[in-house]
Formats: sequence, C-alpha cells, structure tokens
Amino acid sequence: MSVVTLSRVTKEFKGGTVALEDIDLEIEQGEFISLIGPSGCGKSTLLRIIGDLIEPSRGSIAVNGKPARQARRDHDYGIVFQDAVLYDWRTVSKNIALPLELAGWSRDRRRERIEQMLELVELQGFADHHPWQLSGGMQQRVAIARALSFDPALLLMDEPFGALDEMTRERLNAELLRIWEASKSTVVFVTHSIAEAVFLSTRVVVMSPRPGRISRTIPIDLSQPRGVETREDPRFFELATEVREALHLGGGHDAPLAATGLSEGAA
Amino acid sequence: MSMSLVGRRARDWFPALLVLVAFVGVWEGIVKGAHVQRFLLPAPTAIWTSFTASQGQLWHEGWYTFQEALGGFAIGSGAGILLAVVVARWTLLGNGLMPYAIAANAVPIIAFAPITNTWFNPLTKTAHMMIAAVICFFPVFVNVVRGLRSVKPAQIELMRSYAVGELAVFRLVRVPTALPFLFTALRVASVLAMIGAIVSEYYGGSLDTLGANILQDASLFQFEKAWAEIVIACVLGIGFFLGVVVVERLATRWQPRLEIVGA
Repeated sequence: MSVVTLSRVTKEFKGGTVALEDIDLEIEQGEFISLIGPSGCGKSTLLRIIGDLIEPSRGSIAVNGKPARQARRDHDYGIVFQDAVLYDWRTVSKNIALPLELAGWSRDRRRERIEQMLELVELQGFADHHPWQLSGGMQQRVAIARALSFDPALLLMDEPFGALDEMTRERLNAELLRIWEASKSTVVFVTHSIAEAVFLSTRVVVMSPRPGRISRTIPIDLSQPRGVETREDPRFFELATEVREALHLGGGHDAPLAATGLSEGAA
Repeated sequence: MSMSLVGRRARDWFPALLVLVAFVGVWEGIVKGAHVQRFLLPAPTAIWTSFTASQGQLWHEGWYTFQEALGGFAIGSGAGILLAVVVARWTLLGNGLMPYAIAANAVPIIAFAPITNTWFNPLTKTAHMMIAAVICFFPVFVNVVRGLRSVKPAQIELMRSYAVGELAVFRLVRVPTALPFLFTALRVASVLAMIGAIVSEYYGGSLDTLGANILQDASLFQFEKAWAEIVIACVLGIGFFLGVVVVERLATRWQPRLEIVGA
C-alpha cells in the first residue's frame, strides 16, 4: 500500500513564483525516500505539502489513503525540522511526551513510551535534562524520538542534520537507519547532501529548480543493513555519481558553473 | 555538602557586606568629622536612634504604603497582562494600540499624581494605588506583548503538525515563551510601584503613609525621622523586588541561570 500519493501537485506562491510544478510521486510502505536538489527547488515546500502545513495550489495528496488534512488530524505523521524545535521549558522526557499528551495518552502509557524512546535514541539518563543542557546532535535525537513517539506511519524530515558537523551527521545517519529498521516506518527525508541521500535511502528523488520538478528518481540498491563499510563500497560511489550527474543535468546550482566557468559563489 | 554550600554563599556575600559596613562607617566618619549639619545629612547612628524610638509608627506607615504599592502593582500588572493577551491575539488591534502604549511608556506618569489626587480622595489608599497601577501597567503590557509575539515560527509549525487549536498553542507555547519577558517587566514594576505610591503621597496623603510623613518630618526639621522613613521605604522596596525575583525563579526554573540577581 502506498503511504503517500502525490498527483500533479503544483504550488504557486503569491507574486507568481512557481515553487513546484506537476509533481507526481508515490511512496510505498517502508521506503526511505530522499528529496535532493539545490536551494529553491521546492523540496522543503513539498515536504510541508505532504504534512498539510502548506496548501498546494493544484493537485491532490493522499497520506495513508486519506486527504492530507485528515492525515494530519489523525496524527499519521511525525515531523523533524532542521532545528530540533524543542520547547525550552520542557525537560527531554516532557518534550518527547508532548504529542502523547495532546493525543490524550494516560500518564502510565506515556511513561512507558518515553522510556522506550529514550532507549531507541540512546539518551537514557537524560530524561530530566533541559534542552539547553544538550549538544546539537543530542537535541536532534530528542526531536526524532518525539516525532516517533506516537508510532506514526510516516516520518517527515526537513534537513534534520543540516546544522551538525560532518562526524555527528554520519553517526546520526547510521542511527537513523537503525531506528528506521526498528520502527518499520516510512521516511521522507529532505537533504542537499548527496552522500547522505545515497547512504540512507531506498530511493533518491532528484529535483530541479524554477519551477521545482522531479528530474529523476534513482533506486538505491545498496544492501541492508548499511554501515561504515557501505560508504566505502564502489557501488556507493557509482550511485553518488549518478545522483550528482542527475543534479547537474537538472539545472542545479552546479550547471551554470560548468557552462560559464563562474565560481560557485555565483549560484 | 550543605555546609560547604553555606560556606560558599557566605564567601559570595562577604565582599558586599564589607562594602556596606565600610559605606556606613565612612558616612558616620564624615558626618562626625566634618560636622555636617543634620539637615544636610544626619549620621547613621542618629538615624538608628530615631528609628528605634518610633519603630512601631514607622512600620505602620511602611506597611500602609506597601499595601498601596502592592495593590497598584497587582491592578496595573493584571490589566497589562490582560490587554497584552488581547492585543497579541488580534493583530490589527495591536497595531493600532502599540505605538501609543510605547509612547505612554515614556511619559513621566508621576506628573499626573496631583490630578489623580483630585479624582480620588487622597486620604484613601485608592488614589495612590491608582498612580502605582498606571505606572506598572505600561512596562508589563509592552513586555508581555513582545513576549507573546516572540514565539519561534517553527514551534508553531510543529504544533500545527499535531493539529491542535489556537488555545492549546497559547497555553503550551506562547505563555511559556512570554514568562521571562513578564518577569523582567514585573521586576521593574515592583520598583516603580513603590516610587509611584510614595511620590503620589507627597502630593497629599494621610499621615498613615510614608510619603506624607517624610514630607512633614523634613519640613519640621525632624531629619533623622525622615531618613528613618526613607530607610524603611528602601527595605520594603528591595524586599518587594526580591519577592518578585523568588517567584520568577520558581516559575521559570527551566531557564539557564547565567545572570545574577537583578541583572
């Protein structure tokens, strides 16, 4: 069964900017999809349209077989942003429990789930810490735990590791794969890191800007489970090259570079 | 552990205590040594003698004025918070009112004291409470509006993903965000309330009040007693301020403590 079905989704902002044009995409249960593309290709907008945080100008979206609005009301997805977006006045455990509180879970059920979640993201012992006492990577793990706490069918992630250093990012990538396998959820992941997209995904959706379109969809056939050795697999480099070329052909920010010889800063 | 904590606290406070003792000592020395006239500045020991002689009356006056300040603080801050909530909710109304509120915040409201004393009987607490209330209102109003509006957009977006209503967003996000702003304003308001109450008493108040007594004692050459009353006003004012700080600490325990008291 497909978890997300987008057909002919178009988003035009006030003033006439076409952020997305005729997006068709079907995401199956258990997939890990990365949306990759240069800034301005509408990948974050697309993620928000799936989450019913932005309304499309045209086209239809189904999540879990229902309209996006209904899916949002039914808490069918969890979302993680580039910033952890933790509520400073809540402890780690209370941040994780927030969606559970809103969904009316009993205190005992909440406590049990918080413990499982802390274990899942390896933050046992930090339950009573406040967000400012945690590092950026730890904060993002809390945000992931919160997004998964109510067992949503779908996990939406908007450049969740974009603000972290390379080493933390690679560690969290591996951790995210482990969590994805354990929770059996479907993930839509926005990134502009080619390595990250290839390492994580079962399918990479390459987008091009102005107007935002899907220029290519590349299945990633690296074996599961993936680990450090995956990044050294020759197949990993082949796929990364394929994604890179697709980005260039799609008129990404590197395309005019090749054509005009301008420095990257010109993009 | 608690012993070492007490020890550390004592070490932290020791320099401040030393400065106080030195200050009073120098004051006493200068007054005695240079034969400063008592209407200019009485010696601390003389103020202390006057204080002990009429302690009961002084505390009575202080308590009376403090009640006015506290009442004005409660009324003014309460009204400020209420209007701020309304203004933060209805943006258009806010855009219409905010410029005037900010302008009014800069007005020396104490200038209205003689007028309010004609609106209300100055021999009652109400007249002075009103001045204190008006002075407290603006900083609280302006700060709480700012606090309610300084919510991070992503925090609202996350709440929208949970499909919760505006009331829940208000309770779960806006109010906690505004709390530090509110308490910053309340600290200022606590000081302003004491000033407002006492100064408005200068323009006419019953002889139960600190302000009226300071004025009368100064004109009757009872400078030591006037100074003793000023000391009472200081003690109450500082106590009021510290009370607000304590409530703030309890209410916003989650905040990182990088500041010292009053910063």
